[in-house]
Amino acid sequence: MTLAPQHAALAAPVASLQGVSHRHGKTLALDGVRLDIPSGCMVGVIGPDGVGKSTLLSLLSGVQVVQSGRIRVLGGDIAERGHRDMVCPRIAYMPQGLGKNLYPTLSVTENVDFFARLFGQDREERSERISALLQRTGLSPFPDRPAGKLSGGMKQKLGLCCALVHDPDLLILDEPTTGVDPLSRRQFWELIEDIRRERAGMSVIVATAYMEEAERFDWLVAMDGGKILATGTPAELRARTGTDNLDSAFIALLPEDKRKGHTDLEIPPPADNQGTDDEVAIEAEHLTMRFGDFKAVDDVSFRIRRGEIFGFLGSNGCGKTTTMKMLTGLLAATEGTASLFGSPVDPKDIDVRRRIGYMSQAFSLYSELTVRQNLDLHARLFRMAPDRIDQRIEEMLHRFGLADVVHSLPDALPLGIRQRLSLAVAMIHAPDILILDEPTSGVDPVARDSFWQILADLSRKDRVTIFVSTHFMNEAQLCDRISLMHAGKVLVSDTPAAIVERRGADNLEAAFIAYLEDAMGAASNRPAEQIAADPAPAPQEAPVLRRSAFDLRRMFAYTQRETLELRRDPIRATLAILGSVILMFVIGYGINLDVDNLTFAVLDRDDTAFSHDYALQIAGSRYFIEKPPIRDYQDLDRRMRSGELSLAIEIPPGFGRDVERGRGSAQIAAWIDGAMPTRAETVQGYVQGIHAAWLQEKARALYGESASRGSFQLAIRYRYNPGVESLVAMVPAVIPLLLMMIPAMLAALSVVREKELGSIINFYATPVSRLEFLLGKQIPYVALAMINFGMLVAFAVMVFRVPLTGSFLTLALAALIYVISATGLGLLISSFIRSQIAAIFATALITLIPAVQYSGMIDPVSSLQGAGAVIGQIYPTSYFVTISRGTFSKGLAFGDLIGSFIPLLCAVPVLLGLGTLFLKKQAS
Amino acid sequence: MRAANVLQLGIKELRGLLRDPVMLILIVYSFTLSIYAASTAMPENLNHAAIAVVDEDQSPVSSRIITAFTPPYFVVPKLVTQQEMDRRMDSGLETFVLDIPPNFQRDLLAGRSPTIQLNVDATRMTQAFTGGGYVQSIVSGEVSEFLDGYRGASASPVDLVLRARFNQQLDKGWFGAVNEVIQSVTMLSIILTGAALIREREHGTIEHLLAMPVTPTEIMLGKVWSMGLVVLLATIFSLVVVVQGWLAVPIQGSLLLFMAAAVLQLFATTCMGIFLATVAGSMPQFGLLMMLILLPLEVLSGGMTPRESMPQIIQDIMLAAPNTHFVILAQSVLFRGAGLSVVWPQFLALAVIGSLLFVFSLRRFRKFLR
Repeated sequence: MTLAPQHAALAAPVASLQGVSHRHGKTLALDGVRLDIPSGCMVGVIGPDGVGKSTLLSLLSGVQVVQSGRIRVLGGDIAERGHRDMVCPRIAYMPQGLGKNLYPTLSVTENVDFFARLFGQDREERSERISALLQRTGLSPFPDRPAGKLSGGMKQKLGLCCALVHDPDLLILDEPTTGVDPLSRRQFWELIEDIRRERAGMSVIVATAYMEEAERFDWLVAMDGGKILATGTPAELRARTGTDNLDSAFIALLPEDKRKGHTDLEIPPPADNQGTDDEVAIEAEHLTMRFGDFKAVDDVSFRIRRGEIFGFLGSNGCGKTTTMKMLTGLLAATEGTASLFGSPVDPKDIDVRRRIGYMSQAFSLYSELTVRQNLDLHARLFRMAPDRIDQRIEEMLHRFGLADVVHSLPDALPLGIRQRLSLAVAMIHAPDILILDEPTSGVDPVARDSFWQILADLSRKDRVTIFVSTHFMNEAQLCDRISLMHAGKVLVSDTPAAIVERRGADNLEAAFIAYLEDAMGAASNRPAEQIAADPAPAPQEAPVLRRSAFDLRRMFAYTQRETLELRRDPIRATLAILGSVILMFVIGYGINLDVDNLTFAVLDRDDTAFSHDYALQIAGSRYFIEKPPIRDYQDLDRRMRSGELSLAIEIPPGFGRDVERGRGSAQIAAWIDGAMPTRAETVQGYVQGIHAAWLQEKARALYGESASRGSFQLAIRYRYNPGVESLVAMVPAVIPLLLMMIPAMLAALSVVREKELGSIINFYATPVSRLEFLLGKQIPYVALAMINFGMLVAFAVMVFRVPLTGSFLTLALAALIYVISATGLGLLISSFIRSQIAAIFATALITLIPAVQYSGMIDPVSSLQGAGAVIGQIYPTSYFVTISRGTFSKGLAFGDLIGSFIPLLCAVPVLLGLGTLFLKKQAS
Repeated sequence: MRAANVLQLGIKELRGLLRDPVMLILIVYSFTLSIYAASTAMPENLNHAAIAVVDEDQSPVSSRIITAFTPPYFVVPKLVTQQEMDRRMDSGLETFVLDIPPNFQRDLLAGRSPTIQLNVDATRMTQAFTGGGYVQSIVSGEVSEFLDGYRGASASPVDLVLRARFNQQLDKGWFGAVNEVIQSVTMLSIILTGAALIREREHGTIEHLLAMPVTPTEIMLGKVWSMGLVVLLATIFSLVVVVQGWLAVPIQGSLLLFMAAAVLQLFATTCMGIFLATVAGSMPQFGLLMMLILLPLEVLSGGMTPRESMPQIIQDIMLAAPNTHFVILAQSVLFRGAGLSVVWPQFLALAVIGSLLFVFSLRRFRKFLR
């Protein structure tokens, strides 16, 4: 801003684009852009949401892959990886959205520290820079506050700290001040100006939706529909269009068809003093809302007359939304009262809501319902008479210009039309009061003007009272009266003109800033003073390019951050630490192959010593529990149907006699409940065994011991698990399964989560390499998995009483190698997946199926065939199952298991290599 | 509370579901292919079991035994030495090793009752147990056939006639199919309602709803009836078309009675879905929570392995889960043809658990909305 525009035009371009087009799916975000951006000055990219500003900036920063065209940044082609790697430490990029690239659970210092580490600064340099930056931005009083708990303005300042920590030559800021209060906004720009003064060569490229801000930039790029409308200094743009402000200039620059229908917004003055107009529509008296210690709204009072447009002006998080929720009865006020048309708002009284139309922040209608379905649903929920609904919907469609899009889904509509739909929905039941929470943020000026035209009509013609919140000054200007709000307090309420006049300010923004400064007192001035007082930091040397192929510091930056984040997320931490133990418990007891406590009963038609003896033989086995005898067939049928009996035995009359005579005609009938076939098979086996044993015993008793020719014995030795206990068999196989699934899932989530939340951008925009990123993220999960391993083994030995007969160290070493593979596999999976929910399911499938089916848990790998055998031979679980069983049950040590260690070790470099190969260092 | 609002809110959910291809695919898959797969892919107990033989006899009878082990139950036996045997078992290559002693045939014919040793790797439970029985009967069969040339058959004095009721062939596919239907009912009702609530929260529409004259009870019931209905219809389709038609599994009892129970079960599980969604807050957390809740619910409810073999404490705890009662009831009705006179305790339990879950979830849901 200090540089003359002429200077800017002369300098060699910091970036130039030629024929750059970019598509996001079907939408064309940039359309053949050709542009030279002058260096060493402050460049603004202006235009509403969705015109391609963000795409342009992310391409310039090298975060996004160039699809077509050529982009040169800082003297090289940004599409070339070598050049990107070289200039990356010279570029800083701050993405759109409040605190988008910050980590909300990390503190202020931890956030900046993380970025400093990524740029390879040592401890001393880091702490020096961090304290200097926090001081300048006025964040030094809150070094330990989590980033998520900062106000919008503070978040953006912190974002700037993170961006500036490595002294970039090119600073790219995407809408850094949207949603931030005007004072913070001014401080933000002062800070940038200040830094530019120190680092004269630094170029700054900013996207903004605030035209007032753009007035102060050196050079502007006006964009619409993926195309450049015009470039030049603000003065040039105004002169070219013959307008006196950038807002009008921008509208004038729009192509003919977009301007069509745009008329200068006229809001007639309120028809004042006509008797009934003194009727108060909304009244708030001393409204206060506390959330714990935090006062979101502090003693707010105002009165709004019927038919008035009343504006609430303030930054994000100042209490606007909370006040609105109290007015609508969504929240009960802690103190004070709100009343509508003289009757107090009672959150329990649902009928109050029928007098209000509420349009919440952003677009919040059902995107899965069509325009008409949305209107219809709301009409019905507001209990409109069914015969009037269709007529009213037609009326709304017509009035709000939605007739052409009746059957479209909201997501397919442009933002401006969606906002009109929201308004139509809020108006469907013809309320007396409309409460609109930031209705036009992100809407282009033409659509915004037409939106306000509708509001004006509603207010003046239909005498609807409109309560609207905004953080745009030019919208506030349109209201009849406004309240300036900050930190839960109303600073002043009056007509916009009167407010400006009272402060003797040039415009509303200046007046607001003056009020803010009063409210915050000396505190707000401190950072500014310090900027002036502090001598410029150590003289700038040419940035040393600390670029090594692998930097431990960068890797550990990710390790440390991941650990901190995990510690602060209760659900993920629970899964990480307790998940595997819970699952082992469930599987250990649930997938139990011991079948015992089986119920049986006897229908004894013989009732002799022999038949009693037979029943006793069964009752005496440890598998069966005898129930009262069966009386007849009906009884048998009923009791088996209810599931009371698993086995019913019928002993025929004359059984004892037949046995005694040794005649082969006696028949015992056994009915088995076949509902659960596995159990039935086991029962079958037991009964046959018991029967055979009984016969042998009887034979021996009757005929004496005389072995005949041809008899032999089959001695079964159950090795490794002499009791043939299910747990002893299951547990050593379940440990590998759990140590595969959960660590893989957590590792996959850790990357995909960053993709979903947007902080992956830091990986794209900083010099951290792919391997550093992956290893850094992997380390905490390997450590966690080892803790899990320890817990599982302890649980197995102490709770399940499965003896560990072999070498624990061998098992632990194998576990370490194995969990490195498991987390590596998770990271590999994460490179293909975008959403967390997909990562959960995909990892579960990819790990569970091979681990359960092909890794020797049930069938040994040696008995598998075809694809299953191939998977079994390469999947690391196979080898860890062998080692786990070997050490747990077979008493083996390292020397016996070396054959399984080698393939296990081989998996590690393969998985990590593939993960690194497939991970992208740019957004596509 | 107004029934019209509940109806409208439910219709809105149904319309939303219609436009969610992922959920629709999940529903269709869970009630068709997944059931087919569970029914046909129930693992046979013995499949290519790894066996080796140490043949120290090298006689006609020993080679007869060796050739009797054939796929698909067993792999073709490898001939190993005694030293190899230990090593191969240690490294998990073999599940069974049969050791036929020297002079086995001679001793057998001489009536000296020789002993064959069967080594079983008992860390492989499934194979060890059933496989052991198979090996035993194969060896006995071969030996007695071999001996048939030497002596006539003798009859055993008492016959045991075994009959399996309700599933004569002990076809595991029947069990697998019906069990999968039960699991799908639980899984989908929780996922659908939970996801519907989280989606509303993530899109900010829940706040919008609250500004309208509707109560939390109405919002919750709207989700409960609509998602419950979807799962109920899918269950009917799946039982009639997939289970009875495609897989030809005979169903013994009254479908109507089963459906009545399914309604109660759905009431309980949809409420549980709402509850979990209020705890989780975001879709990924919901996914993680599901893993920790759904698995115990399915595994420990008695649908996979018999309840009576679980430790008493787990059996008692699981009585609080609706699944346990639903599984008992479904097995009684669908397999054993039990009537209301038999299963009324389960109906009662489901109704009580469902009501408690509803009250509990509603309280949680109200708090969540603030």
